[in-house]
Amino acid sequence: MTARISASEVSIGQVLPALDVPIQRMNLIMYAGASGDFNPIHWNERIATAVGLPNVIAHGMLTMAQAIRVVTDWVADPAAVRAYQVRFSKPVVVADDDTGALLHLAGEITGLAPDGLATVALTASVVTPGDNAVEVLHNAVAKVQLAI
Amino acid sequence: MAINSEFVGKTYPDTPEFDVGRETIRDFANAIGDTNPAYHNVDAARELGHPDLIAPPTFPFVLTMKAMARAMFDPDLGMDYARVVHGEQHFDYERPIHAGDRLVVSATIAEIRSSGRNEYLTTRSELKTGAGELVCTTHEVIVSRGTAEGAS
Repeated sequence: MTARISASEVSIGQVLPALDVPIQRMNLIMYAGASGDFNPIHWNERIATAVGLPNVIAHGMLTMAQAIRVVTDWVADPAAVRAYQVRFSKPVVVADDDTGALLHLAGEITGLAPDGLATVALTASVVTPGDNAVEVLHNAVAKVQLAI
Repeated sequence: MAINSEFVGKTYPDTPEFDVGRETIRDFANAIGDTNPAYHNVDAARELGHPDLIAPPTFPFVLTMKAMARAMFDPDLGMDYARVVHGEQHFDYERPIHAGDRLVVSATIAEIRSSGRNEYLTTRSELKTGAGELVCTTHEVIVSRGTAEGAS
């Protein structure tokens, strides 16, 4: 299974369409239920702050799931993703308000092998109350098999 | 309290078979807000050449976590769940998981190390079918915040 996008259509340095995804407490509850990860730091402010976190934080895996959408929305067939890795560099703090956190997700093609295997570098950032963008993923890389 | 480093190299036996159903996949896709038709619509998934709905790329961690839970809730390992955050996650896919798969997972504790106040636990997991077909390999780094020897 490969992408409907052909390797001949892409080039190194090409930027993929970016995506903005709001994360609210409700999304953390849904993710806890669907994933089975009920760690209270993702839904209980009392416990999150007791262990030194600023507030409830999103599951890292929820952020990782959102970031790869930059690739899967683009290639259409998610099976084109052959490998995917991230390092969680900063927590996504989700305040108990009407905004929560807004994830900004972007990607760029950084490599293209002769067999059509593309390397995509992904970024995920949130805007903090001080209006600074904080990168929440580091070394987020997907290997994507394009059609040849 | 520090993590018990004698657990390095320990492999936990296969988890019970996990039945991946269409609704398992749809529930997960809904929870991450992903409307890709390959996760929701059987005809669309088949049009892409898949036997049934396929699971999103991060879904394997749902199964990996079941295998890891055996280690993390092992009292002799000495982890405090509330102090744990996810440090890194890697997936290598042999093929996508699809509805109808029945998968087992084995997990191995590959490394335990400390850096500053934190400890880092690395595990490796293999997702296989009951017949032994490798579907996905994962490796993950779990951070235990403030538990390193000497951290107060």
